Amino acid sequence: MQLFSCPFCGPRDETEFHFAAEAGKTRPEPAGEVSPEAWSGYLYAKSNPGGPSREIWQHVTCGEFFLMERDTLTHEVAGSKALRGQRP
Amino acid sequence: MTRRYSAFSLFVEGLRGQTGWAPAWRTPKPKAQYDAVIVGGGGHGLATAYYLAKNHGIRNVAVVEKGWLGGGNTGRNTTTIRSNYFYPESVALYDFALRLYEGLSRELNYNVMFSQRGLVTVAHSEAEMEIAARVVNAMQINGTDAELLGPEEVLKREPLLNMSDRARFPVFGGVWQGRAGVARHDAVAWGYARAADRMGIDIIQDCEVEGFLVEDGRCAGVETAGGTIRAGAVGLAVAGHSSVMAAKAGFGLPIQSYSLQAMVSEPVKPCMETVVLYPGTGTYLFQSDKGEIVVGGGIDRVPSYAQRGNPPAQRQVLSGLLEMFPAFGQLKLMRQWAGNVDVTPDSSAVLGPSPLPGLYLNCGWGTGGFKSIPAGGWLLAHLIAKGEHHEISRPFDLSRFMTGRLVDEAAGSGIAH
Ligand SMILES: Cc1cc2nc3c(=O)[nH]c(=O)nc-3n(C[C@H](O)[C@H](O)[C@H](O)COP(=O)(O)OP(=O)(O)OC[C@H]3O[C@@H](n4cnc5c(N)ncnc54)[C@H](O)[C@@H]3O)c2cc1C
Ligand SMILES: [Zn+2]
Repeated sequence: MQLFSCPFCGPRDETEFHFAAEAGKTRPEPAGEVSPEAWSGYLYAKSNPGGPSREIWQHVTCGEFFLMERDTLTHEVAGSKALRGQRP
Repeated sequence: MTRRYSAFSLFVEGLRGQTGWAPAWRTPKPKAQYDAVIVGGGGHGLATAYYLAKNHGIRNVAVVEKGWLGGGNTGRNTTTIRSNYFYPESVALYDFALRLYEGLSRELNYNVMFSQRGLVTVAHSEAEMEIAARVVNAMQINGTDAELLGPEEVLKREPLLNMSDRARFPVFGGVWQGRAGVARHDAVAWGYARAADRMGIDIIQDCEVEGFLVEDGRCAGVETAGGTIRAGAVGLAVAGHSSVMAAKAGFGLPIQSYSLQAMVSEPVKPCMETVVLYPGTGTYLFQSDKGEIVVGGGIDRVPSYAQRGNPPAQRQVLSGLLEMFPAFGQLKLMRQWAGNVDVTPDSSAVLGPSPLPGLYLNCGWGTGGFKSIPAGGWLLAHLIAKGEHHEISRPFDLSRFMTGRLVDEAAGSGIAH
């Protein structure tokens, strides 16, 4: 069992968390000028790195989305950060 | 040297003290240039090389594998082979593979131990029985075998299933595919490797592809730990590592890598006849020829390249097992392991040209691409040889993520992979 840290609730069982998306994607704008390729890339393409990774997770128990930096090879967690008021 | 496997050669070698067997494949040094290079020596990569030679006469081909043959998902999978999908595109693909599996041992002169013992996907309520009937209808219309079973017919096949009226997931019936079954995982990789090697294909193990050689905007080969290998075309069949390789080629893929785990029990006397899947628990199992109960379930829901399963997913699979087969509460687990699976948003594979000309994709099989190895190899070979899609692979082109024409089998057949 691994513990992940919610910035609001502290360390909790991994089963309480839900992986949402990779961090750092920005929605291409304005919509009228976005090519199908760029839109498809925004919706579906993932960097899916093998190693250090910046990810958006949800702590399902409290409902909050936050940033977690972890390593997909070792599963080591570098840290969690609240997202409020800032861009990931 | 004995090369062909048969009852006769087994007998003769028995008399000779087994001294005349030839190695199943050579260990060649890579040449500087090939007509095609396949990255990844799992089932899909090896089958691609075999069909390049067999179907298209292209024999100047290398398969480059960073570890050992079949050491990826192919050698870690639970080997269920079926074509019980909802959409015509999927049945065309997976039933093509199933038909090739039916003749594979003879084709490769290698016993892949394909045992068509049938698979039952159990329905747990009246409502689920209606969905089961719908799936059976779809499968029959799509031209594959499917039957709707009532509860007695399910229990006749698997008398140890939980029949208690207090069962959390009772047996109301199920979808039966009698041609489904299991095969020996390593044998599929080794059989294709041996047959490809016989036709002159170089299988290069222990050689990691670190990047691509790009000339005039075209993929012209691969950069490996042992140097550059030039190629007329390159096929990528690296499953959970597809995103890492795509990044080196300069594009992104709609793939997330996860661990998928499985486990086996100690061997016990024959007590299961078929492959059983409970959508309610997410657990599926069968008994291996050695008597072990082979158990699997869903992915670990944490993006990962670790090839290691976490305890929560294991606990879920095993609690499902005990709900389904209470008698297995006494079983001892022998081994647990995981592979690195390549999951797409619509649970369907990606087959076709990549954004880098000269580089072709075979990936996104997720938790279910052992069953498709013969078809995936056949279709990638076609793409490489002809430079264009086979009718069966066309719907699985990467462009579906732009057009929106997804083949969403998680929604269609309820089987997410
Ligand atoms: C536990 C588990 C259970 C499963 N159960 C089933 C099942 O019951 N039925 C089913 O149909 N499917 C199942 N699957 C899925 C199935 O195993 C895979 O979809 C299938 O084996 C993929 O085959 P492949 O040849 O594409 O990939 P792999 O067999 O993973 O081969 C890819 C190869 O590429 C190599 N590679 C990676 N990067 C590089 C590089 N840079 N250079 C050179 N080589 C590289 C890897 O070492 C690996 O050997 C299961 C998977 C797992 C993990
Ligand atoms: Zn919280």
